[in-house]
Amino acid sequence: MLTDIMLFLERLPGIFKGAGELGIIYAVLALGVFISFRTLNTPDLTVDGSFVLGTAASAVLAATGHPYLSLIAAFLMGSMAGCVTSLLNTKLGIQPLLSGILVMLGLYSVNLRVMGGRPNIPISRDSTIFSIPLLEPLGDYKELALSLIILVIILALLSLFLNTRFGYVLRATGDNEGMVRAAGVNTDVTKLCGLAISNGLVALSGAMIAQYQGFSDIGMGTGMVVIGLSSVIIGEVVFGSKPLIRRLTAVALGSVLYRLIISIAFEIGMPPTDLKLVSAVIVAIALSASKIGGGLAKIKKKFTTGEDGGALNA
Amino acid sequence: MLELCGVSKTFMKGTANELDALKDVSFTLSQGEFAAIIGGNGSGKSTLLNCISGVYIPDGGSIKLDGEDITYKPEYKRAHAIGRVFQDPLKGTAFDMTIEENLAIAWYKGRPRNLRWGITRKDRELFREKLSRFELGLEDRMKDKAGLLSGGQRQALTLLMAIIVRPKLLLLDEHTAALDPATSRKVLELTKVFVKEEGIPTLMVTHNMKDAIEMSTRILMMNKGKLVLNVSGDDLKGITVDKLVDLFEEKSGEVLDNDRILLG
Repeated sequence: MLTDIMLFLERLPGIFKGAGELGIIYAVLALGVFISFRTLNTPDLTVDGSFVLGTAASAVLAATGHPYLSLIAAFLMGSMAGCVTSLLNTKLGIQPLLSGILVMLGLYSVNLRVMGGRPNIPISRDSTIFSIPLLEPLGDYKELALSLIILVIILALLSLFLNTRFGYVLRATGDNEGMVRAAGVNTDVTKLCGLAISNGLVALSGAMIAQYQGFSDIGMGTGMVVIGLSSVIIGEVVFGSKPLIRRLTAVALGSVLYRLIISIAFEIGMPPTDLKLVSAVIVAIALSASKIGGGLAKIKKKFTTGEDGGALNA
Repeated sequence: MLELCGVSKTFMKGTANELDALKDVSFTLSQGEFAAIIGGNGSGKSTLLNCISGVYIPDGGSIKLDGEDITYKPEYKRAHAIGRVFQDPLKGTAFDMTIEENLAIAWYKGRPRNLRWGITRKDRELFREKLSRFELGLEDRMKDKAGLLSGGQRQALTLLMAIIVRPKLLLLDEHTAALDPATSRKVLELTKVFVKEEGIPTLMVTHNMKDAIEMSTRILMMNKGKLVLNVSGDDLKGITVDKLVDLFEEKSGEVLDNDRILLG
């Protein structure tokens, strides 16, 4: 028993490093999901498809010797996917959730085409964003350092953007669309830009993950939206949500925390195949927290005062 | 100046539930006028306001604002010229954004929504000054989220947002109806001082005939989608609630018996 614990403690720095690297890269995805889920108030399922679009674009372009360019390409392609979802919703009147599902489905074929018909393509270790000579002195920490630099740049740009005139109306759109239109803003445009940026970030995250793990696989995107949501919710609950810059940072930290929880769960014996189920349960609990909390308060009141606690619903 | 000419709107046309919400409504609101619209439930007051603001596009007739035909202009395009306060205090503000951010969204109405700062120091000073004139203490809570405000404070904030860029027309859709009597008074008082006395052309839907008589330069009464009464100028002098009820019954041929209309 004692030796088990000693072994676990010995592995702990490695667990932290791995979770940190993945968490930081997935934080970019979490920020993307934050934009659709929080600022536009629509859960956007395009994410599962646009993530793989990012991995695919990155794998193909990295192979031609342009790993950095591939990040930009991935962002742009993800943005385009987001635009399609938004246009299906605003111009053709398809429900937001269904628009996302349709684009996600369509992207499966698109992603296969991008990957030249192969479901899995490897990326050479010598041709990734982590393989440039500048990073060599960092040794084992080059992945962590570079991912962190990219994340910090994105965090800074995003918090600046959300505090511009356009950022304000984008944030208000999810809160109160009618009010934004009453302020003379075409909400179709704010939704379009919001989903474009959101899916752009998701694809960028996918591109980084592909280069970090050394391959792109057609099945990598399954459940990405749930992972993003977990990070957003965990982050906001644990690290706070006011003011905006803190909230964005919290979402990023939420992603790292989520990875850490998952890594430790693996370490203490959770089979990797159960990962998706656990993620789904975490998000279900987090999303229903207020309801469960309200229910508990009601039961407590019933026991303490003998009333049925109906006033809580009033 | 607002000119409505023969505006009509039918909902669910061609079905069993067909409803003529507006039938051939015409009137003119001149510069600086404050008009009250009175009518029972389902008389078409809100539909009328929604047609003017562009939420609904009318089936027939035309709407002109300062000479420009806006009948078919999208809602967000005509919003530059029209301020609105809704009945539901939740509808006027973004609850998850701060008071100053909400004001900034309204303040940049009609200007490009680009990548400049959403709010500048100069804007903040202006907002503080405007809020302090409302005497609700909101000037010291500018970094609080709008969701934390009471219904009355939110309506006051929405009112300020509607007029912070002087609109060509202000639409008040029962903006005090959801508030308790004291708060309702306060918001109405703000409306009097900052809207009526500033001469912003206004259409106010109300259920309170006393308020209507007290504040308006023109009274419009609606029944079943029709404009049955349009009183202004000398005809309004010395008018009372009783006289208004008599006039309404004479013109519409119906008894005014709606519980929600406050006669007193």
